Amino acid sequence: MSDMILLGTRKGTLIFDRTNANWQPRPIVHAGVPVCYAARDPRDGTLWASLDHGHWGPKLSRSRDGGATWVDISTLKYPAGARYIVKYLPTPDFNPESPSAQPEYNAATVLKIWNIAFGNANQPGRLYAGTIPGGLFISDDGGDSWELNYPLWNHHSRGGDLFAGDASTANHWNGTPASIDYGVFEPGIHSIVVDPHDPNHIYVAVSTAGVIETTDGGQSWAGRNQGMLNDYLPNPESEWGHDPHFVTNCPGQPDHLWQQNHCGIFYSDNGAKNWKKVSRPNLSVNFGFPIVADANDGRTAWVVPARADSERMAIDGGLFVARTTDGGQSWQSFRNGLPQDNAYDIVLRHGLDSSGDYLCFGSTSGNVYLSDDRGETWQCLGNNFPPIYSVRFG
Amino acid sequence: MAMPGQQFSADLLGAIWLNNMPHIEMTQHLYRFFPQLKNRVINVPAGSVAEILFAINEIAPGFTDYVLDEHGALRRHVNVCINDAIVIDKIKLSDRVADEETVYIFQSLSGG
Repeated sequence: MSDMILLGTRKGTLIFDRTNANWQPRPIVHAGVPVCYAARDPRDGTLWASLDHGHWGPKLSRSRDGGATWVDISTLKYPAGARYIVKYLPTPDFNPESPSAQPEYNAATVLKIWNIAFGNANQPGRLYAGTIPGGLFISDDGGDSWELNYPLWNHHSRGGDLFAGDASTANHWNGTPASIDYGVFEPGIHSIVVDPHDPNHIYVAVSTAGVIETTDGGQSWAGRNQGMLNDYLPNPESEWGHDPHFVTNCPGQPDHLWQQNHCGIFYSDNGAKNWKKVSRPNLSVNFGFPIVADANDGRTAWVVPARADSERMAIDGGLFVARTTDGGQSWQSFRNGLPQDNAYDIVLRHGLDSSGDYLCFGSTSGNVYLSDDRGETWQCLGNNFPPIYSVRFG
Repeated sequence: MAMPGQQFSADLLGAIWLNNMPHIEMTQHLYRFFPQLKNRVINVPAGSVAEILFAINEIAPGFTDYVLDEHGALRRHVNVCINDAIVIDKIKLSDRVADEETVYIFQSLSGG
């Protein structure tokens, strides 16, 4: 059971410590700086925060003394020659024929370090980071240096090797609205799922492309979107163009993967060879951003449903958490301890986590809720925090 | 004023030269990351804006990572002025900075 919760917020990193049953926040660190993700490396206790400086560029920040002091790291950079095919936000006057007729290229610059993941216990120093615009970076020295994963960057699904020349294949990686703040409409890697039993087996999820898997340590990658359905393309079963909001697995049964997608909740019990839509719109369990799987039981997962993509807020003014224990065949909703009037919260993709019987989530309305009974009842840890981007047990 | 034939010490020559060198002013926000720059008169040799910024980087290692992207271009929300003129070349930073000019480094406004 964890004794620490880290929040990445619009105004800095907040760390809660547990003493018996009480969770107390420390004074904020990285004060005033947007922190899009914060987490603790379970292997050595290092704390990480992804700083989203508006002016000074994205930075990683690392604390090796439990959060007392932090050091910013600026070494995560695209190599010279890294390019991507420009995507355009489909505005009402957008002409899809015009830009796609002749690809345009941008030199890649790290705009956002959206996710940080940790290697296996037998890979000390191995870290992963996913960015906008769609790069997977790997460190093998505890974050001192980083290298772009070239096979994924050069994948045929996004135009091929643009270091070598112009695009040789079509680009199927579309933009994420999360990139618009940076003046572009480009894809982002927000989910990195490392198989705890096999360090060479990794999934990443891309908004907006889908899920991609490697089984050879990142030397080759293949799309894993069979069974996915989207509501916004002429062919709902297209290989690419899916919008996973977050993808995770069950650490104890890593072939059990869960995906809260723009178009519903999807589950796979065979390592993403096939996905099955398991959301239940009639129960208001469909749209949302975060999802978390139980650590041991691959059939158990939790979501925090929201109304719809066009109305990103709590449903009918009330917050609830839904849980399945049978692989999504049925869902139970839990509201005890959560506001049921005048709630407009939205919980973002990294805003929900679990640790044993504990669950915690935080919303962009600055509310933090904790459950110690697997999501059935909730207590509020505070209502006036900054907008919350990520919640992770330490 | 120096009289014809007057000899100057090396220190005095250095001080005069330093005083004529481009002067740097920057937003105090950067002092948060580089406290060694706070309360310090910064003068660096004349040159291109890129050379000016890398000269500051010698005083405060890592400085350029905050104002430039990985390609050496000015970050989107950073402005550099020479006296009261915003630099023209934000990609290669080739604008020239002469002695006695002042370089200002600050955030561009991007919201209310």
